Amino acid sequence: VLDSQIIFAGVLNGLLAGGIYVLVAVGLTLIYGVLHIINFAHGSLLMLAMYAVFYLWRLLGVDPYVALPLVIAGAFVFGFVLYRLVIGRFSHGRDENILLITLGLSIVIDNAALLFFGGDTQTIDVPYAGSFVELGAAFLPLPKLISFGASLLLCAVLGLYMARSDTGKAIRAVAKERQGARLVGIDVDNIFAISYGIGIACLGAAACLLMPTYYVTPSSGHAFVLVAFTIVVLGGMGSFIGAATGGFIIGITEALGGLLLGEQLGQIGISLIFIMILLLKPTGLFGSKA
Amino acid sequence: MKNDTKNVVSRRGFVAGTTAFTGALAAPAILQAQPAAIKVGLIHPVTGFVAYNGQQGRLGGTMAIEDINKAGGIKSMGGAKLEALLGDSQSKVEVGVAEVEKMNEQGVAAYIGCFQSPVTIAATQAAAKYNTPFLVDVAASDVIVNRGLKNTFRLMPGFGVCVDDGIASLGAINKAANNIAKSAVIVHESGEFGTGTAKLLQTKLPSIGIEAKELIAHDNPTRNFDNIALRIRSLAPDIIMMSNYGNEYMLLARTLYQQKINVAGFYSILGGGFNYKFVKEMPDVSQYMMDVNHWFNPKSAKAQELKKRVEAGGALFTFEVYLGYSAAMLLADSLERAGSADKAKLTDALASSTFKAELMPYGPTKFVNGQNQGAKPGVMQSLKGDIEVIAPEEFASAKAVFPKPKLN
Repeated sequence: VLDSQIIFAGVLNGLLAGGIYVLVAVGLTLIYGVLHIINFAHGSLLMLAMYAVFYLWRLLGVDPYVALPLVIAGAFVFGFVLYRLVIGRFSHGRDENILLITLGLSIVIDNAALLFFGGDTQTIDVPYAGSFVELGAAFLPLPKLISFGASLLLCAVLGLYMARSDTGKAIRAVAKERQGARLVGIDVDNIFAISYGIGIACLGAAACLLMPTYYVTPSSGHAFVLVAFTIVVLGGMGSFIGAATGGFIIGITEALGGLLLGEQLGQIGISLIFIMILLLKPTGLFGSKA
Repeated sequence: MKNDTKNVVSRRGFVAGTTAFTGALAAPAILQAQPAAIKVGLIHPVTGFVAYNGQQGRLGGTMAIEDINKAGGIKSMGGAKLEALLGDSQSKVEVGVAEVEKMNEQGVAAYIGCFQSPVTIAATQAAAKYNTPFLVDVAASDVIVNRGLKNTFRLMPGFGVCVDDGIASLGAINKAANNIAKSAVIVHESGEFGTGTAKLLQTKLPSIGIEAKELIAHDNPTRNFDNIALRIRSLAPDIIMMSNYGNEYMLLARTLYQQKINVAGFYSILGGGFNYKFVKEMPDVSQYMMDVNHWFNPKSAKAQELKKRVEAGGALFTFEVYLGYSAAMLLADSLERAGSADKAKLTDALASSTFKAELMPYGPTKFVNGQNQGAKPGVMQSLKGDIEVIAPEEFASAKAVFPKPKLN
């Protein structure tokens, strides 16, 4: 039987991990909510953003946290242009085409990364990597605490932007009723591109917050996509609040499952949640019926 | 009389001209006489989650083939060149087997591969159907050479030998530290390589007075090792033993450092991430970590020269490179002695090989059931941002630091 202090530490670790999951899942759910597709290129684009953070650090000495605004902006522009030039252009307005295009993009990006960056594992060793905060039995690494705080802050800012700004309102309108939004003069194609850009910007932020504690290889982004997809289903497809809540639930489930059942069996908790939600509440915790 | 030499062909000129003409006509015949290239299938996971290791293995194999060809090819076969057929197992068993089948259609004389034990087990089995020799450059599972396959040859030691030697060295290191270590936790990847190694360790650790408190398996890839770190803290072992692939090795080491897990030592068996890059890029994390692994002979001039060439090309001199290189050299040596690419003759030549792998601290090869009996691992320790050999003694460049200083 595990000591309660260890379980407490496990819960804290789960919350910290959940912070990163939230950012990845928010991007995924935003793209789903507006474009009504699962972005199969999500993991590959996260990997690209991680390489961007790595090379900013390696070549220019930019700290991953300092790089946040730059990478977020770059990722937004990249996502926007990618939608405008590739996804939007070749989908011909059909959702199933978008699915196939993002799947194709994923394959192209992964292999291009292998060609240009090689298969080697790249890491960032920041000077504060070994710093930590002691809280009972929990040793909370400083980079993970920073990531957690920054992730919450970014989600709050994004939430406010979606609630208050004209673009945010337009995005919500398009998500609710595409045809109606078009009738009141909203440029739906532009909103699609902006939403995709914001989704990828979330990945840019996640990449900056991940790199001080994780590594990047051409396949490393995919490790986060399955869990992000589970979070999106748990919270409700397209639900912003759902993704945030789901991220923390999955983070804690994973942590406690790993502690109590072992690392391999611990992942069962995530799969169980996925199955239970599909069986009992297919719309997710905060999702609404289509 | 006017002597117009311009249009008259002299006898000497005629002879020279016809000789040149005949020579030109004969040239294709000479070209035809050039022996056909011997096809060698290099199967490595150059994409997928162990892509880096696969690319390194391919680098070693192709460098060796280039060197063999530059040195005149296989002389007993009229200077026949080796031709590398490059295959990507994509880190997947079924793709590795498909590559074997594809290359068989292309007429390979032998295969070299495949880095991952599960892929190698299946690929050697597939090659056995065609009696095609298969040289295992890297793959640790002993199942590979325990199935009685006549076509399979492994130059490097398997995890059985690595565990035996690792246990003996750990026993000696612990004894020198007044047997401070009484318990261990073994963290391993959940595949054939990690699980097989961990089970062997669990049974053999008691022989040196160390109890394996728990075996903790993890998947590939694993996103987060915080839980495992907490689990280890609750078990409070004296030693943490690891057996996993590169990314997970590095991530686990970093997490244990960040979580301030204080133990007497980290001791990995075939730690996939223990290399120059790891110790140079994470000197604080890697400091004092020990690893039982394949290592080149630091006293070999050939190894040092190859190391310089590899590093000059921007790559790291990792074990995949020098084991891939050595496997291709072993194949060339056997082809030379067989004087033929005939599969049966080549298999016999490999089985009776006394090849001296210059890069490795092995001695002449002696294959029993396809396993080179002289293959031995080294024990290394990360010290001050560099890798030092701490055992066996004849190759040691430093003394082991054990127990390691506590983390603050």
